[in-house]
Amino acid sequence: MAGAGSNYLNHEKGIMSWLTSRDHKRIGLLYFYTVGFFFLLGGIFAMLIRTELFSAGMQFTPELYNRFMTYHGVIMVFFVIIPGIPAILGNIIMPLQIGARDVAFPLVNLMSWYCYIAGAALGVASLFMGETVLWGIFGGADTGWTFYTPYSIKFSAANITAAFAAFVAGFSSILTGVNFVATVHKLRCPGMTMNRIPLFVWALYATAILQVLATPVVGITVALLAMENIFGIGFFDPELGGDPVLFQHFFWFYSHPAVYIMILPAMGVISELITAFSKKTIFGYTAIAYSSLAIAGVSFLVWGHHMYVSSQSEIAGLVFSILTMFVGVPTAIKLFNWLATLYKGSIQMQSPMLYALGFLFIFTIGGVTGIFLATIATDVHFHDTYFVVAHFHYVMVGGTLMAIMGGALYWFPKITGKMFNESIARMSFVFIFVGFNVTFFPQFILGAMGMPRRYADYLPAFESLNRISSLGSYVIGFGFIIALYVFINGWRKGAPAPANPWGAKTLEWTVPSPPPHENFDKIPTVTAGPYEYR
Amino acid sequence: MWWIPAAAAQTFMPPAATDIAKRVNSIYEFLVISSLISFVIVIVGLVYFIQKYKRKSENDKTAYITHNYTLEFLWSFIPFVLFMVLFAWGAKVYWDMRVSPEDAMEIHVNAKKWDWEFIYKNGRKITSDVDDKGKRIPPTMVVPVNKPVKLIMTSIKLNPNDKRDRAVLHSFFVPAFRTKQDIVPGRYTALYFTPTKVGNFHVFCTEYCGTGHSQMLGMVKVVEDNDFNNWVLGSEGGGPKELSMADKGKQIYATRACIGCHSLDGTPMTGPTWKGLYGSDRQFNDGTSTTADENYLRESILNANAKIVKGFTANQMPSFQGQLTDEDVTNVIEFIKSVK
Ligand code: HEC
Ligand SMILES: [Cu+2]
Ligand SMILES: [Cu+2]
Repeated sequence: MAGAGSNYLNHEKGIMSWLTSRDHKRIGLLYFYTVGFFFLLGGIFAMLIRTELFSAGMQFTPELYNRFMTYHGVIMVFFVIIPGIPAILGNIIMPLQIGARDVAFPLVNLMSWYCYIAGAALGVASLFMGETVLWGIFGGADTGWTFYTPYSIKFSAANITAAFAAFVAGFSSILTGVNFVATVHKLRCPGMTMNRIPLFVWALYATAILQVLATPVVGITVALLAMENIFGIGFFDPELGGDPVLFQHFFWFYSHPAVYIMILPAMGVISELITAFSKKTIFGYTAIAYSSLAIAGVSFLVWGHHMYVSSQSEIAGLVFSILTMFVGVPTAIKLFNWLATLYKGSIQMQSPMLYALGFLFIFTIGGVTGIFLATIATDVHFHDTYFVVAHFHYVMVGGTLMAIMGGALYWFPKITGKMFNESIARMSFVFIFVGFNVTFFPQFILGAMGMPRRYADYLPAFESLNRISSLGSYVIGFGFIIALYVFINGWRKGAPAPANPWGAKTLEWTVPSPPPHENFDKIPTVTAGPYEYR
Repeated sequence: MWWIPAAAAQTFMPPAATDIAKRVNSIYEFLVISSLISFVIVIVGLVYFIQKYKRKSENDKTAYITHNYTLEFLWSFIPFVLFMVLFAWGAKVYWDMRVSPEDAMEIHVNAKKWDWEFIYKNGRKITSDVDDKGKRIPPTMVVPVNKPVKLIMTSIKLNPNDKRDRAVLHSFFVPAFRTKQDIVPGRYTALYFTPTKVGNFHVFCTEYCGTGHSQMLGMVKVVEDNDFNNWVLGSEGGGPKELSMADKGKQIYATRACIGCHSLDGTPMTGPTWKGLYGSDRQFNDGTSTTADENYLRESILNANAKIVKGFTANQMPSFQGQLTDEDVTNVIEFIKSVK
């Protein structure tokens, strides 16, 4: 590192200096490695699912399929998408963007990563528990990521351990949330008013509130489930006088807001990318900022839209339907604001921007199909069919994953101090984008035709569309291998990155790449908003 | 605009076999078309802007536009109105889908891991079968065309005495009818439909229930009135005659001591009479009240102390939880329903 000066990467050396680091950037990188590992694992389960569904009839066994499906869901939701943007990009970038030296509670930040690791370890351990279904060693939970009772009550060490893993990982999410709320309130640099913080920070702030308020509910639910299992106290088990539908209420009271924990940060990333690559101030800063808060608020009131046919009352169904429609409005507002930002911009199609535009394309489809599901009469048909699977992959994968990729490339020079290979990065986009649509668009049609989700096998009439979908998933897989190559190759061999390769205006681009240990030699003073392109 | 009818025709939905299904289709087609239009607007705008405002040099000056209230109002208000229309339209159809039709023919559905049982009031029970090659033949529910049907559904255990096993959630889904309903252990849920088309329609289980979830298939066979009557007669022809559900319930009434406390002729004994009980308004000692539907009767039988009927005392009636099987309970309820 001769001449490169001291930065957070070389400031201290040795594995212990990483494992005990309280530097928000290093913790962000720790999250990057571990989340990346689980993304790979969840992706392998996805490929196995699609391989089973490549043809009608069984390729593996139903027992195995049900475990693939469960672990794909649990890993991708609790260990990849929820921590994804806040814990990696948020951790590394957010303090830089508001002119802080670190997050408010650096030690708590490190603790959150250890909670994540503990949860992850439990999740992996659960694979070896319960009834063995493969090679005499592999068992695992088979409840689906939703852990619905009474199925999950049937005593199985694997089911309880997997649920408990999600519970422990939840603490990591809560700790990150608490930290971010405090950081945004307390550590903004002079002049950085709430109306001047970048929209990425606004999105993380809204998300943090959700993390703090919603996650404990899933914790309590899992605790009740465990008490029921171990002490035989009836909460959800009808044989003990409990109510299985109550579990669904608890579960979705957390998991609907969790959907926004997954997508809001992605929306924040998109605001950053669109402004930076069209060199234009954001259209409707306030509308975007407050619509994040609006979405966060209303998201607590719509959980019942997952339960229209669960035997909840019809009146409740109608109330949840209209409330869900309300969430549609701020979402539409954001979309139009991003579009309007492009108007009269100076647009450059670098790979991060490609991912951002890919987000707009996919998210639009994810959004409009959400209305199909909010409309209660059509949802009765679509509920628990492949239409829902397609919809939430369009939102979660097409939305959040596109944003993670775009954001990771955008901030790659800042994080590593190196430039990546632009043309290979574009290639990764093409494969992921095309593969994604080929995989998931046919699933809307399968859902309309009536194919239920979580089916290890299906009627021959569904075969050709499933085949297209499976082929598409391999294309996505290939795209991510290319993306991995871009990251590794860029980090090892990339040209040194300047402080501000994209000509962006937010604070993180004013410090060297990679940033020094405590970010700023001198805390900056801000006199204008975050997107002052004039 | 040739593509509007084209888009509407190509809905990918299975044939609509009820009037409700046709109304759901109308909403769906409206959704498809309005989504297509919104999608095209967004994508055309996107592509146009990318082309038109491509970066020419690193020193490009861009317009500094922070907001435009008219535009912002419009693009919030128009979606809002559209969403409200969809809500109201969807709510109307949903409501009609969910209200119990007058004089519906009732069929009981038992869901278990991983099979269906369809039980008619006359006691006829349809279960799945196995062909010579050992392949499962899904059970077929036969119903007459143009007659409202009410399914009374519950989830049961394979072996009621297995203490470790649990009845789990299932869901009864007929794509051609555009309707589904979860089946919850420990209670009855209902599903209504009035088929308007003769034919065979798939039944799927759409709530994940474990290993055999995707094999839990069934059929609804909609036939002409005549054929239905013949089918019913056919069932009463050969073989030993099945008792009807109500008759089986009556046997339980007589043999399991209910008869000692409940009359059928209107006279109150230790417990209230069963005459006219079903569908009546029940007043309770704590001042609350409810309509006596299947779920209320079930609760009264299994956990009598949950609600005490006005004028009677608690702890008189023994709990039958664990004493009567799910099927027994359903049969007794059918018997109570028959005591008018
Ligand atoms: C020892 C007397 C006794 C026996 C035996 C008995 N019951 Fe009851 N039952 C009562 C009393 C007293 C009540 C009213 C108090 C209450 O609501 O719990 C009642 C209430 C009911 C109700 C609610 C009636 C209403 O008017 O709302 C139902 C249904 C019922 N019993 C079913 C049964 C069935 C089925 C059996 C037999 C398997 C049975 N009972 C056996 C005493 C008895
Ligand atoms: Cu939701
Ligand atoms: Cu099932």
